[in-house]
Amino acid sequence: MGDVEHIPKELKLIDESGVRLDGRRYDELRPIRIEAGVLKKADGSAYIEWGNNKVLAAVYGPREAHPRHLQDPAKALVQCRYNMAPFSVTERKRPGPDRRSVEISKVISEAFASVVFVEQFPRTSVDIFIEVLQADAGTRCAGLTAASVALADAGIPMRDLVTSCASGKIGGVVALDLNKDEDNFGEADCPMAIVPRTGEIVLLQMDGHLTVDEFERAMDLSIVATKGIYELQRDALRRRYSAMAEQAMEAPPPPPIPSELPPPPDMPEDELPEVDDL
Amino acid sequence: MERSAPARREVVIPGDLLDGHGLKPGSGTFNEGGRIYAARLGIVSERDGLVSVTPLSGRYIPRSQDVVIGKVMDLGPSHWLVDINSPYPAPLNAKETPWMVEFGDTERYLHVGDVLLAEIVSVDEAMRVQLSMADRQFGRLSGGQIVQISPAKVPRLIGRQGSMIGLIRDFTQVRMFVGQNGMIWLDGDADGVRHTANAIRLVEDRGHLPGLTDAVREYLERAYGRSASTPTEVDDDGRR
Repeated sequence: MGDVEHIPKELKLIDESGVRLDGRRYDELRPIRIEAGVLKKADGSAYIEWGNNKVLAAVYGPREAHPRHLQDPAKALVQCRYNMAPFSVTERKRPGPDRRSVEISKVISEAFASVVFVEQFPRTSVDIFIEVLQADAGTRCAGLTAASVALADAGIPMRDLVTSCASGKIGGVVALDLNKDEDNFGEADCPMAIVPRTGEIVLLQMDGHLTVDEFERAMDLSIVATKGIYELQRDALRRRYSAMAEQAMEAPPPPPIPSELPPPPDMPEDELPEVDDL
Repeated sequence: MERSAPARREVVIPGDLLDGHGLKPGSGTFNEGGRIYAARLGIVSERDGLVSVTPLSGRYIPRSQDVVIGKVMDLGPSHWLVDINSPYPAPLNAKETPWMVEFGDTERYLHVGDVLLAEIVSVDEAMRVQLSMADRQFGRLSGGQIVQISPAKVPRLIGRQGSMIGLIRDFTQVRMFVGQNGMIWLDGDADGVRHTANAIRLVEDRGHLPGLTDAVREYLERAYGRSASTPTEVDDDGRR
C-alpha cells in the first residue's frame, strides 16, 4: 500500500503512557455514527461512519431468488455483497469482486443467516449490499454493523441484531478497533461479530498472530465494545421509527378485516365495478 | 443482555424481550427459553392472549383471506400467473373464476397485463399461493390506474372501519380498491384521481407521524376549497 510510507520507522503505535497514534487508549473505539433508512428504494438501509470509515448498507427482500436453481424449498437464502468503491482507498482499488471481497461477502452472509428466521420465507432470498465509500480498516465490522440495522429496517424477522467489532495487537499491546496505520504496522487484527443478547459469536477471523492469552483479551475487549455499539444501532432504529408508535396509539393497526375493505360492488363480467355506497 | 420489558405500544427492535406475563407468542415474535422476544421491528400489541409485533416495514407476504390486486404475468392452459407484489408468484386457477373456461382457452378471458381484484384462498407451508376470483365481488379491473404503497401502510390508509378511505372518497368521488398487498386501483375524473393519488402519497410519507387524518383532511379541503361531509354539493364548476 502506498499510503503508509509517511510513518517513520521509529514511531511507536502505542507510547509508554498507553496513548495510540490517534490519541485513543487501548480500549477505546473510534467515534461511530449510524443512520437508518437512508435509501428510499431499498426495503431497508443504513449508513455508518466509524472513524474514517464510511459505509452504506442496503437490504432487499425477501424476494424471489434468482437464478431459480439456487432457491431452497425449505428456507430463504441470505446473500451478501461486500464491495469497495474504487475511490474508497488512496490508491485506486480495481473495481469488481476480488478474492478479499468474495471472502468477506461469504462470512457476512453466514453471520446473518444464523440470526434471520430463514425458514419463514422458503424459496426466497434476502439480499444485502454493503458499499464501502471510504475505508480506514475495520470496514467489514462497520459494514456488518450497518447491514444489521438495514435488515431490521427492512422488517426482516431475526433473533437479534448482529454487532461487530475488531481488536488486535499493536506494539505488543492488545488494543481495540485498529485504524489503517495500526492494521498495517501492527502484529494482528481479529474482527468478530456477536449476537449481543445471547453472546453467540457468528463471525471470527484473525490476521496475524496472537497467543491464546492475547486472543482471549482481544475477544473480551471486542465483546465489551459491542455492547456500546449495539446501543447505537438500536438508537438509530428508534430515531427513525419512534414517531410511528404515537400514530399507532390513535389507530391500532389491525390485521385485515374484510369489512374494512370498500364495500364490494356488483360486478358483472368484463364490466367496471360500480361504487354506489356513497 | 436482558433489558426491561417495554411498555405497550412501544417500538421494539428484533431481540427485545417482551413482557409475556402468561401470554403466548403471536406473529412477529419468538419464544426462546420460555421468554418471548420481538422478531422484527414494529409495535407491540396484546390481543386474544397473544403478544404480537405489528411490523412497520417489510414486503408483502401472502396470507389466506387477504384481498389483493394483482397483474396477470403469464398464461397457462388452465391458469393465469398473477404478480401480487410479493416474493411468491400467485396462480389463479381457471376453476376459481366466475367463467366456464375450457382447457387451453384462458387467453379468451384474461390477458397478460390485465389487473384484477382477487382473494387469496390458501397459502401452504411451502408458501404456495392460490388465488380466487369466484366470488362476485372480485373480478377484472378495467380502466383506471394503479398506485402502489408499502403494504405495512395499508391498515393506515384504510383507517379504523375504513374511515380514511371514506374521507378520501367523500371528497374525490373516485372508485377505489385497496389490496392488502399495497396495490391500489383508482378510477374517476382526472382531478379526483390526482387528488386521491396525492392523498395516498401523504399517507405513505407521513403514515408514521401523528395527526395523519388531519393532514389528509387539510390537503383535501385545500384541494377542493370546502370542508368535509358535503360531498354531493355542486361546486363552482357546476360539477357534481
